[in-house]
Amino acid sequence: MTDAGLYRTVALIRGFERRAVELVRSGVVPGGIHPYTGQEAIAAGSCAALRPDDVVTSTHRGHGHVLAKGADPARMMAELAGREPGLNRGRGGSMHAADFALGVLGANAMVGAAVPIAAGAAWALRRSGSDRVAVAYFGDGAVSQGVVLEAFNLAALWRAPVVLVCENNGFATSMRTADAVAGSILGRARAFGIPARAVDGTDPREVLAATAEAVARARAGGGPTLLECAAYRFDAHHTWEHAARPGYRSAAEEAAGRARDPLEVQGARLAPEVRSAIDAELDGVLDAAVEFARGAPHPDPASALAHLYATEVG
Amino acid sequence: MPKLSYLKALNRALGDEMARDASVCVFGEDVRVAVSNVTAGLVRRFGPDRVLDTPISEQAFTSFATGAALAGLRPLVEFQIPSLLFLAFEQIANQAHKFSLMSGGQARVPVTYLLPGSGSREAWAGQHSDHPYGLFAHVGVKTVVPATPSDAYGLLLSALRDDDPVVVFAPAGALGVREDVDFAALGPVPLGRGRVHRAGTDVTVVAVGHLVHEALAVAGELAGRVSVEVFDPRTLHPLDRAGLTASLARTGRLVVLDDSNRSCGFAAEVLATAAEGARLRAAPRRVTRPEGAVLPFAPALDRACQPGRAGLLAAIEEVTTVLGEGGGT
Ligand SMILES: Cc1ncc(C[n+]2csc(CCOP(=O)(O)OP(=O)(O)O)c2C)c(N)n1
Ligand SMILES: [Mg+2]
Repeated sequence: MTDAGLYRTVALIRGFERRAVELVRSGVVPGGIHPYTGQEAIAAGSCAALRPDDVVTSTHRGHGHVLAKGADPARMMAELAGREPGLNRGRGGSMHAADFALGVLGANAMVGAAVPIAAGAAWALRRSGSDRVAVAYFGDGAVSQGVVLEAFNLAALWRAPVVLVCENNGFATSMRTADAVAGSILGRARAFGIPARAVDGTDPREVLAATAEAVARARAGGGPTLLECAAYRFDAHHTWEHAARPGYRSAAEEAAGRARDPLEVQGARLAPEVRSAIDAELDGVLDAAVEFARGAPHPDPASALAHLYATEVG
Repeated sequence: MPKLSYLKALNRALGDEMARDASVCVFGEDVRVAVSNVTAGLVRRFGPDRVLDTPISEQAFTSFATGAALAGLRPLVEFQIPSLLFLAFEQIANQAHKFSLMSGGQARVPVTYLLPGSGSREAWAGQHSDHPYGLFAHVGVKTVVPATPSDAYGLLLSALRDDDPVVVFAPAGALGVREDVDFAALGPVPLGRGRVHRAGTDVTVVAVGHLVHEALAVAGELAGRVSVEVFDPRTLHPLDRAGLTASLARTGRLVVLDDSNRSCGFAAEVLATAAEGARLRAAPRRVTRPEGAVLPFAPALDRACQPGRAGLLAAIEEVTTVLGEGGGT
């Protein structure tokens, strides 16, 4: 992907999240969101290394992954607003946005829960004879979850073509990575014989290059790779923090964290007129997405449990 | 009299008990900054040695608490989300709960599991909105769902002092409830004893947790027409069957208001208890979430799955009309 393409994805996510936070404030998006702001280079760079037929699993902080894999921002925003034309028909919301047609097997509200799902999907894709791969996104907090380590073992044993993208944004809610992780994230993967490397998660080019290498290994039958992508979570853990202000990090620390901004890292690689043309185009797309979400119909309460089962019995 | 909020009552009970008993300690995610507010101020008062922020390792820290309990501590484990109970079900139902019997009475596991904000929190969607208290009652873990601030205070105190594992559900719908209390009179509320919040003669409404307040509102609305007794079991397991049957003996009619899934749920146990031990004058009704419900994200859909006043009114109407028409079953 070109520098302009990478920039466009980063800016798309940034602009989407800014608008989504506004819609939380104005009550259009109920329940709040976990903003992805600051981590955009990870979704943008890694998805740029994928084919449309590859699959991904995402997290509670999943908007970036879903958008970078190609979801329609308007239907995504409508999902956050709980509307019928949303990606999940308003049944999933921010933490469960999914677009199976694009290989987005879903955001997931349980920390770490999607990692074995991605590994299993990857294994099955390979077993069916294709060279498709899966990416599992998860946070630094997830590496202390037993099921994640169990999934590392299975993926390595059975050579599942899965790229394990760990987004180390410094925190699991209020807990610093260093206070939660004994040893290291890379060491956890290496203990299972999984190649692992640290990546600058604020640089889309770096993430793209590292993912492309991991994807190539996976497609060739070389099994899983872990990429620890470091970035800083610019915003609150969740929008409820905007009011509650739990105060686990200082304003000075936040300012330092925001100093390296993926939007600027990638924006600096473009000619100013190219960048502003992309910005203008995205403003149009995203303003339209907000309008679409605001105007979209609410689902009918009588259909609250539609789709509870894939097949009804009796 | 001063007002006490439900959330503050939990905070106060935990703080009071930690001050009284140095063996009480807290494990959980973000408990030092007190994301749930239950643990607010505790790390400052009691130190980081008694208030431990855990990595996101629910299965490990749940059984870690079991080990600490076997070694003499009385831990409280806070879970941020009710569905974390699914994750740690093995550790509670199959480990902590079984030590006493399987050790032939050698071991006790005094751990309290606290769920601040159980049930629907509106628009937190399918994986954050469950109310799985029935699962714990089913496997036999002591299960408590306080409805009021003074009961929240007193039941949490009793849970912490109990020598067995106890799960305490603090429904999201109750956290904001406030009550006039005499702080000097706050004390433990015994496990296993229900409470009649309002006496009546026509129908017993058994309501759980935050729904007690809905039941009281409906009882107030119907006053003069139907005399509603509101019975709050408070402890779902062991259930106060004597208190329940005594209420049914007074009213002869039963409606259960229960914010959990219908099939094999807590309401079904209440109905079964009534069928076995009471003589009802009309077929009982239960107002619950639908069978097997997964709460959808969109608020109107979420609300459509939750039991509430309208359903309760209709059910009371049904059980009382049947008798009025002479059609008692
Ligand atoms: C299994 C599980 N435990 C706890 C939670 C509550 N929770 C939601 S997000 C979060 C922190 C996750 O941290 P991390 O994995 O680093 O992701 P980040 O939020 O930083 O993107 C916690 C504890 C949860 N959703 N699932
Ligand atoms: Mg994190």
